[in-house]
Amino acid sequence: MITAQAQAGVGDPALNTAVFAAFVLITLYVVYRFNSGGTTADDYYAAGGRFTGVQNGFALSGDFLSAASFLGVAGAIAITGYDGFLYSIGFLVAWLVNLLLVAELVRNTGRFTMGDVLAYRMRQRPVRAAAATSTLVISLFYMLAQMAGAGAVVALLLDVHGAVGQAVVITVVGLIMICYVLVGGMKGTTWVQIIKAGLLLLTVVLMTVFLLGKFGFSPSSLLEQAAANNTNGERVLGPGVQYGQSPTATLDFVSLSLALILGAAGLPHVLMRFYTVPDAREARRSVVWAVGAMSVFYLGTLVIGYGASALVGSERILAATGRENSAVPLLAFEVGGTVLMGVVAAVAFATILAVVAGLTITASASFAHDVYANILRRGTPEPGAEVRVARLTAVVIGLLAIVGGILANGQNVAFLVALAFAFAASANLSTLLYSLFWKRFTTTGTLWAMYGGLGSCLLLVSLSPVVSGAPTSILSDVDFAVFPLSNPGIVSIPVSFLCGYLGTVLGKDEADPERQKEMEVRALTGLGRQASPRAR
Amino acid sequence: MTAPAARATAPAGDRPAAFGGVDRVPAPTAPPDFAALHASPEFTALRARFRRFTFPATGLFLSWYLTYVLLAAYAPGLLAIRVSGAVTLGLLLGLGQFASTIALTLVYTRWARRSLDPAAAAIRQSAGERG
Repeated sequence: MITAQAQAGVGDPALNTAVFAAFVLITLYVVYRFNSGGTTADDYYAAGGRFTGVQNGFALSGDFLSAASFLGVAGAIAITGYDGFLYSIGFLVAWLVNLLLVAELVRNTGRFTMGDVLAYRMRQRPVRAAAATSTLVISLFYMLAQMAGAGAVVALLLDVHGAVGQAVVITVVGLIMICYVLVGGMKGTTWVQIIKAGLLLLTVVLMTVFLLGKFGFSPSSLLEQAAANNTNGERVLGPGVQYGQSPTATLDFVSLSLALILGAAGLPHVLMRFYTVPDAREARRSVVWAVGAMSVFYLGTLVIGYGASALVGSERILAATGRENSAVPLLAFEVGGTVLMGVVAAVAFATILAVVAGLTITASASFAHDVYANILRRGTPEPGAEVRVARLTAVVIGLLAIVGGILANGQNVAFLVALAFAFAASANLSTLLYSLFWKRFTTTGTLWAMYGGLGSCLLLVSLSPVVSGAPTSILSDVDFAVFPLSNPGIVSIPVSFLCGYLGTVLGKDEADPERQKEMEVRALTGLGRQASPRAR
Repeated sequence: MTAPAARATAPAGDRPAAFGGVDRVPAPTAPPDFAALHASPEFTALRARFRRFTFPATGLFLSWYLTYVLLAAYAPGLLAIRVSGAVTLGLLLGLGQFASTIALTLVYTRWARRSLDPAAAAIRQSAGERG
């Protein structure tokens, strides 16, 4: 009977839909009730900087833990064992870069967007254009993955299999998300993230404790059982099932690890969260709470992943609709029946909704603040116009995400998230670090580093097996894959740092020493953080 | 527990900072002299202290992470060694990454609260800003 359930979808679609609808209604009410209220840019983009570190910490983890983390990482652990765990470690350790080098300084030197920090002591228009380009590219890649993932989750949990039905669900998800952003602004979106993070953590913790209890709180016997029910056997307890197949696969893994650990600090939607707290100290506390929440989450997914292997078995997971993404739902059904299944379904949806909302507000803020207000209007937009543009952009981006999600539905999209991390690590992290810590760094250096990182990433991916030459490629009929790795980070990250260095040394322009001193003093002391002269 | 001068608007530190109006006091009429502040011994000391902690700490956690990744990539046999029951060396090292991340987070926060926040607040005050 359970096998029949697994093949037809999981659990009771009506119940899953009901729990999800309840989540949407509650969050829409919260968004309406706690909307930013004001129409100033400060309210819309940064919730007036009035969240506490604890709240923002949960919102950060809500933004960061996508469906890829919840269903994807646990599913990878269920099938390949240890190799899935390696993802979790990269995602978590990456937050130390944020904590030590980025969060506080970014909070002190910017107001709304990454462009604020990068353009602080550079020529405004070209640098803001570059920052907006990279923000939009990264957010769109990330969003496509989430929306296409929504299609897969829908097929699995709501038992909607037709292309038209899935397109309808993707559209509904997109429209709800646009509502969140338009009605709630940053404040409403942040509350959605907090609620979602709470639900996600609660679900994961309860499932983890239950699973451990089932094995007498002996991790060893859970692991034995997991190995026994996995077709890879004992090998799931150590690395190499997925990445040890060939030397190229191993190098690909090293490249991915680099992108994961260096990417988190360059993701625009993560950076923008630091502006929702009043000062550097709260930004620091945000990261502390985010690290705490995510440690619990990733430890939980480790147990849940191995638990799914132990109780459901790798063969049944791979036979189900959605393959490894179905590991967590199947496990939930196994241990908690249709009710727990419904909860997991709703949490997975909530996760996608919230992450896409966070991405939309970031992308629209970057367009309205960097491109419209600072490039087109040269820093002096009419009162209220900037927020109007931001809302309009949010609608456009939301519609783009819907169309893109429908087109990308069913595509191999796991690489999109990894690619977004590689972009962030290559284009953004190098420029941020140079800008904050290297006083000679110039406008030319910034542009070279950003476009060099973005460009080399795009070029390498288009020449990789992701795009052509392999059965899983987007264009599987032709082969122009001269670059063997699917993850470009190991090349593009050094390229970006090198470009930044060369652009600075070879470029004709000089750094502005006055602005550099001002930026450094403000970054470390938080002086004048409320009234920034040029970053408005 | 909290550095008293670190926050202008919420003295208790842990309360939601829902006092937007207070935050927006007009900036002092004369902008601070950033070049002078930048050259002041207080600021150079703060910057040196910040870098003396964060740069080595970054190097440390990055190399510990990379060592672990390279071990997982190129010495899978070593990490597959069973230590206790079905718990492998690899799992323990992975959990070690979790532990070191949490530990460094806590150590840095504690250090920053004691060594950075008061110094930064003092410089803000000397520049004529409240708090």
